[in-house]
This record gives sequence, C-alpha cells and structure tokens, in this order.
Amino acid sequence: MINIFEVAETNEMIEKENLDVRTITLGISLLDCIDADLKLLNEKIYHKIYNAAKDLVSTGEYISDEYGIPIVNKRISVTPVALIGGAACKTPEDFVSIANTLDKVAHEVGVNFIGGYSALVSKGMTAADEMLIRSIPKALSVTERVCSSVNVGSTKTGIDMDAVKLMGEVIRETAEATKEQDSLGCAKLVVFCNAPDDNPFMAGAFHGITEADKIINVGVSGPGVVKTALEKVRGENFEVLCETIKKTAFKVTRVGQLVAKEASKRLDVPFGIVDLSLAPTPAIGDSVADILCEIGLEQVGAPGTTAALALLNDQVKKGGVMASSYVGGLSGAFIPVSEDKGMIDAVAAGALTLEKLEAMTCVCSVGLDMIAIPGDTKATTISGIIADEMAIGMVNQKTTAVRLIPVIGKGVGETVEFGGLLGYAPIMPVNSFSCDAFVGRGGRIPAPIHSFKN
Amino acid sequence: MKKTIITVVGKDTVGIIARVCTYLAENQINILDISQTIVQDYFNMMMIVDTNQTDKDFGIIVRELEQVGESIGVIIKCQKEEIFNQMHRI
Repeated sequence: MINIFEVAETNEMIEKENLDVRTITLGISLLDCIDADLKLLNEKIYHKIYNAAKDLVSTGEYISDEYGIPIVNKRISVTPVALIGGAACKTPEDFVSIANTLDKVAHEVGVNFIGGYSALVSKGMTAADEMLIRSIPKALSVTERVCSSVNVGSTKTGIDMDAVKLMGEVIRETAEATKEQDSLGCAKLVVFCNAPDDNPFMAGAFHGITEADKIINVGVSGPGVVKTALEKVRGENFEVLCETIKKTAFKVTRVGQLVAKEASKRLDVPFGIVDLSLAPTPAIGDSVADILCEIGLEQVGAPGTTAALALLNDQVKKGGVMASSYVGGLSGAFIPVSEDKGMIDAVAAGALTLEKLEAMTCVCSVGLDMIAIPGDTKATTISGIIADEMAIGMVNQKTTAVRLIPVIGKGVGETVEFGGLLGYAPIMPVNSFSCDAFVGRGGRIPAPIHSFKN
Repeated sequence: MKKTIITVVGKDTVGIIARVCTYLAENQINILDISQTIVQDYFNMMMIVDTNQTDKDFGIIVRELEQVGESIGVIIKCQKEEIFNQMHRI
C-alpha cells in the first residue's frame, strides 16, 4: 500500500515544484465538414467542434479535482484548415472567415487555444495552401485564440524553399498586423520541418490526417521536479545524474498517462499519446535552463550546454517511454526563450546567442522558439533563419520549428512583454549579413540521401 | 473499492484529527487507515478513506475539506489514490 512518504513526495512535486499537466488537447478531424459552400462549411466546422469539445473544460477541471493535480490548459487541434477550406475558399479572406469560426467556438467551449490553422507544404503548395498562408497575418490579427503552423520541409521530401521565402514575408506581415500588441501574432505562428500529427502543444498543434476522428493527447510538464531531484545529486557522476533524470521523468509521465486515460474515458474519445516534453513556464522554478545550470553550467549558453541538453533530452525520453503506453508528439525538452526565466536571464547576461540556440536545437525539440528579434529584420533574413533550422530537422530526421517574433518598433536591448505563459523576452541581435540571393533562388532543396530507405 | 487519500499538513495543534474525522463521519466517509508523522516540525497526516457511501460530489468534498483546513490553520488535500499508485508503483 502507498505510504505517507510517497504521498508527501507527490504532493511536494505538485505544490512546490510546479508539477502539472500542461495540456489536454482534443484533436478533432474536420475532414467530414468539407463543403464547396463557405457558409455551410463554417456552420459544419462550428457544430462539429462545439459538440466534440463542449465538455472538455469541465472534464479537465473534474479530473484536476479528483487527483489534486493542476491541468493548466485545455486545447483543441483540428485538421489543417488548408485541406478543409480548399473547396470553398476562393480568396485569403474566405480562409479568414474559417479562422473567425474557430475563434468563436474556442471562446464558447472555453479552451485557451485552438490549433490547426495550418498548411502542409513540405514539397509544394496548392492554390489553397498558398491562400491560407497569405491569410495568416489577417487571421492572427482578428482572432485571439487561433494558432497557425506551416510545415515547409521533411526528411522524406526536402525543403520547399518557395514556402520558406513566403513564410519570411508572412512572419513580417503578421508582426506588422499585430504591432499594437508587440507583434503578438507571431507568437501564435510556427514554421515546421517534420511536423508530427499528434502534437498537443501550441502553437504548433494540428490534427493530422493520419489520425482518428477524435483523439486525446496530453502534454506533461515538470522542469521544476527534475531540477529539485538533481539538487540532491550535486557532484555525482553522469551515471547517477542520468538515472535520476530518468526516474523523475518516469514519475512525471505517469501522471500524464493517468490524466490522459481518465480524460479519454470520461469524454469517450480514444487516448492518443502522451508528449514527454519538458515544458517550462516563466514562473520561478519551472525552467529547463535551471536544470542545465544544475547539471553544471554557470549560464545556459556556456560551453557544454549542447551536451547537457542532449543528455537531458535523452534521459527524459528513456524514463518517459516506459511510463506511457503511447508516446508521441514532440517529446523532448523545450527551449523557448521568453517562456523560461533561466533562458531570459542567460540572454540578458550575454551568455546565450541565437547561434548557440540553433546548435541546441540539433539535440532537442523543438527549435528556435519564442525568440524576439529586432522589428527591422528583413523578411529574407527570417527566411534564411527558417531554412537553417529546417535543414537541421531534415538532415537529422527530427522535428524542428521556428517561432520568431520581429517586434515592430523595437530593437536590440529592449524587452518585449507577451504576458501569461508566453512570458517576456529581451530582443536578440540577428546576423545582419544578407542571404537575399540564396532565399531568392526559388524551388526546392532535394531530400537528403539517407531518406531513401526503400 | 476506489480509495481516496486525505493528507493534512501544518502546524500541530489540538483537535486536528477530531475536526477532520467529524467532517468525514457527517458525510458517510469511512476511514480505512490513518498514519501520521512529524516532518521538519510540521504535522503530517495521511488517511486512506472510502468515499463510496457519500452522496456528495468529489469536487465538493475537496473544497469543503479545504475549508475545514483553513478554519484550523492546516492544509488539507483530498485525492483519488490512483495518482500515487501510478507514480510510485510499476
């Protein structure tokens, strides 16, 4: 039987070390809503989502009460809207009407984000894909809870450089369209390589076409728990260090598995996956950067950072895999800058640069995440940064992503405040040499040689 | 039978167990086991209880026990047993 010390340990994790379930994300397929009539399409989308998700928030709260574990977010992901709207939408404005429908239903069922305003264009763009992408700046400026993502590359297909070029422009336009809110729209827009179909985390969540009609995916979070566990093994060797991370990750993931199974039962929706990512928040003691420091770095960005992050990421997976019957999504340590107090401090101290962050993304999920850059950064420069990150994902057969925020009207040395879980960030300098001619070539980068496995 | 774990943490004082037990008795919640210890000068109690007989919604019990705790200056939590089993048993 459970003893008092085990109970105390669990409750300590919840109360003092910020253990929580970061999100229950309900994936909903909209494929059966497709219609050539835009009005009818919007109505079908509204009703399908409303009916599927009306009990999501109350169920999450009930489970939270039963187990005494906070469930921070309840979210929805839907089939990439470029596929759903292709038949009905003739202009980017038509796509914006779908974004409005998604925003409305998100408000009504009470979820804080809805993801899937997306296009999958890793090899090429259809007319509908391009229209959706061009509608993103408007869609993100007139809605509050809609999140958008565009997959522009994969190991199997290579990188669609036309889409990469376009996304550089779209990110700038989104920043301009939301400049009154410090370009907040860009915080809800992710560019992916190898995007997973079952990611529960925003802003990159969408319900892939390989998925069932509805599915429950859960993301856990416990950087504070890992950090506290590591405090007890200071000075020990790597074997002890790795074992400690693994055991802690197991415990954290088990909570996610329990919540996922319970939500699945109560909502009568199949359980999909638990995402093993260590997701930080700007709260003190909920930082991935602090774990890296506990491993032995003075600041994140110091030599050794990439190795420390690689071992952390690997051990989290090793511990988590056994704790859940299905693991998926992004599953790795997140290193968003604005959402992690330790990362923010490292940037402010001059220890962490964009280039070091890029190196770190080679060994963890997800990529250059929540990084504020000067508002006057050129679109082609943003495209160049995207291309670099996509190449890392393509060659290493992993998911990578870019979520950059060119903050209009602000420059290096200034700080931008997004609020809530999105946090705040010092604006980081960007290499100012041009890549115009590279980005301007057009076409595709072919798939790498090791993708030909058949 | 699904078991529930009630934990009480706080500064030791007269009548903590009495207050909690009174609430449980009033709500037809049967106590299966009690253990207690002092950790870092704090009173730490764990009860394993059976909530099958009560008519009250679990969420209401959670909040009412929280209020009982507030009135005597301790923190009372009430959680289904599975979270602990999941975390500490393979």
